[in-house]
Amino acid sequence: MSASVSPTVTSPAATPEEGNSLWHDAWLRLRKNRLAVFGGVVLVFVALACFVGPFLSPYGYEEQNLDLGASAPSAAHWLGTDTLGRDLLVRLLYGGRVSLGVGLAATFVALTIGVVYGAVAGYSGGKRDAFMMRAVDIMYSLPFTIFVILLMVFFGRNIILLFVAIGAVEWLTMARIVRGQVMSVKRMEFIEAARSLGFGRRRIIFRHILPNILGPIIVYTTLTIPGVMLLEAFLSFLGLGVQPPMSSWGVLIKDGAEKMEEFPWLLIFPGTVFSLTLFSLNFLGDGLRDALDVRASKD
Amino acid sequence: MLRFFASRLLQSLLALIIIITATFFMLRFVPGGPFTSEKAVTPEILRNLEAHYGLDQPLWKQYVDYLGSLAQGDFGPSFKYPNRTVNEILADKLPVSLELGFLSLLVALLIGLPLGILAAVRRNTWVDYVGSSFGMVGISIPTFVVGPLLVLAFAIHLGWFNASGWYSPIDRVLPCLVLGIAYAAPISRLTRGGMLEVLSQDFIRTARAKGASELRVVLRHSLKGGLLPVVSFLGPAIAGILTGSFVIETIFQIPGIGREFVNSAFNRDYTLVLGTVILYAVLIMALNLAADVVQAWMNPKVRLEA
Repeated sequence: MSASVSPTVTSPAATPEEGNSLWHDAWLRLRKNRLAVFGGVVLVFVALACFVGPFLSPYGYEEQNLDLGASAPSAAHWLGTDTLGRDLLVRLLYGGRVSLGVGLAATFVALTIGVVYGAVAGYSGGKRDAFMMRAVDIMYSLPFTIFVILLMVFFGRNIILLFVAIGAVEWLTMARIVRGQVMSVKRMEFIEAARSLGFGRRRIIFRHILPNILGPIIVYTTLTIPGVMLLEAFLSFLGLGVQPPMSSWGVLIKDGAEKMEEFPWLLIFPGTVFSLTLFSLNFLGDGLRDALDVRASKD
Repeated sequence: MLRFFASRLLQSLLALIIIITATFFMLRFVPGGPFTSEKAVTPEILRNLEAHYGLDQPLWKQYVDYLGSLAQGDFGPSFKYPNRTVNEILADKLPVSLELGFLSLLVALLIGLPLGILAAVRRNTWVDYVGSSFGMVGISIPTFVVGPLLVLAFAIHLGWFNASGWYSPIDRVLPCLVLGIAYAAPISRLTRGGMLEVLSQDFIRTARAKGASELRVVLRHSLKGGLLPVVSFLGPAIAGILTGSFVIETIFQIPGIGREFVNSAFNRDYTLVLGTVILYAVLIMALNLAADVVQAWMNPKVRLEA
């Protein structure tokens, strides 16, 4: 039961007897799932393009060319330009940095809160667990999107606040899943052994339990990212997310939707890239779930 | 069953009080107020305005007064629309949003359920693949992309519908379709999963062995169990459809409560924001409760756990 997670480093020269660890099996299963592989490849490509692409482009993302105005895709501007003559491809790649960045950062917030909360509740059991999970139930029934909107309206559209707010909404499911997993692992003998050796609660949770429930955590993290990105884009679409001159995919979609009658490419390209990314994340998450054999149960 | 219902009801009430309190105090601690944007207001007028709306009272008193009038069903006057009460505004806009939500849910169920059942019954055939792909596509393409694209195609290019507005019945088609499809996708996935699980169980084999027709096996024996995941999803789905209407109402310029909410937040119209939040909260929690009860009725296991 080691905590090392490195399915990819199994050397190709390894003999068939080797590499039958849980992670290696999962990797083999995942590789067979064509849609998941497709999703993974698209994601790597999109991420690379967003982080490397802008350096290779002759245009800056704020660089205007008012004489050109909005132009359809051409050899000079592959995806066309917006009404201020800015290159759409570069803006799309920059927007991708923000969207992916917010997606990862907010997911990290959700992951941290959810894992710690769920682990403590599940490990403690009893009254504390009942109280903590009841609180989660109550929060589940709150209209959180509304609160995020209020926060963004009132406290300025600060990007840090944006992902903290989104993360604070999305941790609930993670907490439920982690709690359920912890409850099932903590009854196992090796935990009892650790306890009898006099290890503290924190050490048992973080060193002995969490590595064993890494599978479900990874799967639901992958599935949280698209939800987070969707919420960010939703807020940006309402004009509450990322503010100009910065842009995100949500902002580009909003701008494109306003001008779609004359310049449809301003909507179609950002919409396609955003949807394709969400699509890939969902496929990869589904593939991981099958590969790691995670049950869909939430409690 | 009664105990289950009572404990859920109590929980909802507690949540409601938390929501009201949190929103009330959050509104008062944010910078800016309902009258700060009006330039021509002199300090005297501002004081008078605040006195008129009771904003000069100590905060705890405002809170108690608000709760008091709320208990009588009075949401108070709007700060931004002179001479209109929040009750009037909400009564005006709510039916529109409810109609949008109800029709969308209907679309979601009418598309999602049959698709999911068919995909499960014809597992690993082209029907299944088409249905499952639809599910994934529907989950991944957000409404604010589908909406404008459909407007572009069907309203602007083909001219079949109006691009925006909420006047004739035909104006309902595009918004409800967009919002409905977004929820048809997860519903079809959940239906498929739930049905597959039930169809693999022993009592289904028994039913088949006794010569029950395929239609009877599906409708009579599997549907109730297979739809459980869908029912537990309905609560969150309805909440999502209600808040999802912010975007739809913006895209199609529908005079519903979602647009009003976003505007009132921008305007710092405290009472209107509070009224909308409370209304949403009550609606969402009531529907969640209803979904819980239906689920408990369908599944004895849930009933016992509560």
